[in-house]
Amino acid sequence: MNLYLPIAELSVNLVVLFGMGAAVGFLSGLFGVGGGFLITPLLIFYNIPPAVAVATGANQVIASSFSGALAHYKRGTVDLKLGTVLLIGGAAGSAAGVALFTLLRRIGQLDLVVSLLYVVFLGGVGGLMLVESIQSLRRSNGGSGEIRRSGKHNWIHGLPLKMRFQRSKLFVSVIPVLGIGFLIGTLAGIMGVGGGFIMVPALIYLLRVPTNVVIGTSLFQIIFTAAVTTVLQASTNHTIDVVLAFFLMLGGVIGAQFGAEAGRKLRGDQLRALLALLVLAVALRLGFELVSTPVEPYSTSMPSGEIG
Amino acid sequence: MRAVVSSLLDPCRRFAGRRAIGLVAACILMVAAPSPVAGQGALETFEIGLSTDRIGITSDFSGTRLVIFGALDNADARILRQQRYDIVVSLVGPRQPVVVRKKERTLGLWINRGSETFNIAPASYALASTRPLSDITRESFRVSLSMGIDDLRLSTNEGGKSHVFLKPETLEIPAPADEDPTLVPNRDEYATALRRIRRERGLYNQTIGSVEFVSATLFRADLQLPADLPVGNHTVRAFLFRNGIFIRQSSEPLLVSKIGFEALVDNFARNHAFLYGLFAVALAIFMGWFGRVVFKRD
Repeated sequence: MNLYLPIAELSVNLVVLFGMGAAVGFLSGLFGVGGGFLITPLLIFYNIPPAVAVATGANQVIASSFSGALAHYKRGTVDLKLGTVLLIGGAAGSAAGVALFTLLRRIGQLDLVVSLLYVVFLGGVGGLMLVESIQSLRRSNGGSGEIRRSGKHNWIHGLPLKMRFQRSKLFVSVIPVLGIGFLIGTLAGIMGVGGGFIMVPALIYLLRVPTNVVIGTSLFQIIFTAAVTTVLQASTNHTIDVVLAFFLMLGGVIGAQFGAEAGRKLRGDQLRALLALLVLAVALRLGFELVSTPVEPYSTSMPSGEIG
Repeated sequence: MRAVVSSLLDPCRRFAGRRAIGLVAACILMVAAPSPVAGQGALETFEIGLSTDRIGITSDFSGTRLVIFGALDNADARILRQQRYDIVVSLVGPRQPVVVRKKERTLGLWINRGSETFNIAPASYALASTRPLSDITRESFRVSLSMGIDDLRLSTNEGGKSHVFLKPETLEIPAPADEDPTLVPNRDEYATALRRIRRERGLYNQTIGSVEFVSATLFRADLQLPADLPVGNHTVRAFLFRNGIFIRQSSEPLLVSKIGFEALVDNFARNHAFLYGLFAVALAIFMGWFGRVVFKRD
């Protein structure tokens, strides 16, 4: 069953789109991530122009993170104050990210930068997570698998402009909080991801936010970062395909429910090890594309960088 | 039968509107009975007509066939019998600038390095002809008419022309390409790559033998149009050759546009981009909430 996508301007198979959404939704429900880092590369593998894949990926992330954040809000594991400061930085970051995206596309280096960022960030985060979770798996004999961090202070806690975040039991400068938000927002603009896979370790390891608050807060702020990215991409690059996004979301919300179910049967460190392997696999796949000899070394685009 | 007649008549009506009454008479004659072929020395007249002047792209569009009818009148009977008349019909897509980039290995990575811009490359090109183009006419004609994928003009110099309208009955060969800078065919590696990429995507195609005479004076051409046919103003161009010499051409506009839901979404995305973005966000929020409500699992 084929469908013509009005913005991507090509015919795609509806079942494939729905299946992709469902598969990514399942994984995002399982691991508690937005799934943007999976959906964008998948769309690119499926010949969707990278620019449309990135922008529409950001749109899809809103749906899955809203769904997740809602559940966390009910459980009281969202720090709204911390989330708000993060998203102020995030909004500025997405504006920078979308501007960079437009510039890179014009000079024809967008695909390269997107792939490089994916390889570096997914490779780095995946590698660290894998090491950490394997250590945790070895250590724990029936533990909860939660990451425990002592109240140790690092250089970040010496910065000025301190603010108190009650729910996170945190008294910290707003500078690193804004900075993390900005960085994630920029990545969201260029890579079409929510940035949860970078946000979560940054909040845990840099700011020492309690793990139970981290995922909810990260999802909360990602909704807004992805929303700003979506609106900016729509107004500057015309690369959001709502028809494409709709079918991905439809598959996504259904898959997420089954993923969350499956997630309850696994332990925290097992989940993290699996997620790490998945993240590394995507990084390797993209890295391979960068170094292997391309079948077609030539590519065409419009002078603005749009696919023509 | 009735449909056939009306579709045959259709082109007549169309060029009747554009030309003088004499042609209407010719058209009626042509359909009513095999028209008497004019004697030697008379000038051939050559016209084409489309059954439609627009193609709509809908959500299930998967390419289409475009049938073009044409009439060749006052043809020399002897030449016609010997099949020395050749017809080439092409649909030239909207001419849009395109950048072709080439990846080169740099520090182990494949990175876009070189690039070339072609300012008038047609976004699509479909061609039908009576015989292989190289048998129909010589290269200099093909180049100056920008006819055939390999001789398609992709860029011009400043003030250059996309194609040259040769005077009918031009019996002499146009100036060699290297004397007129606007006539240099694009033959470098980037142009070749562009042709190859578009040919592989089905955007450029040419088929030999898909122009046939259905009567002594009427011919039909079948053009195959791809699923991702670009939207915009296309032009049907038809060329008539006699003994390998270009003698007549005729062209008709054809508009390709998205219709229905696709057009709605596309217009919304382009003309109200900010609102469209907000809509996309609202849709995502709704879908996220909807998923939560439908599957109350926690």
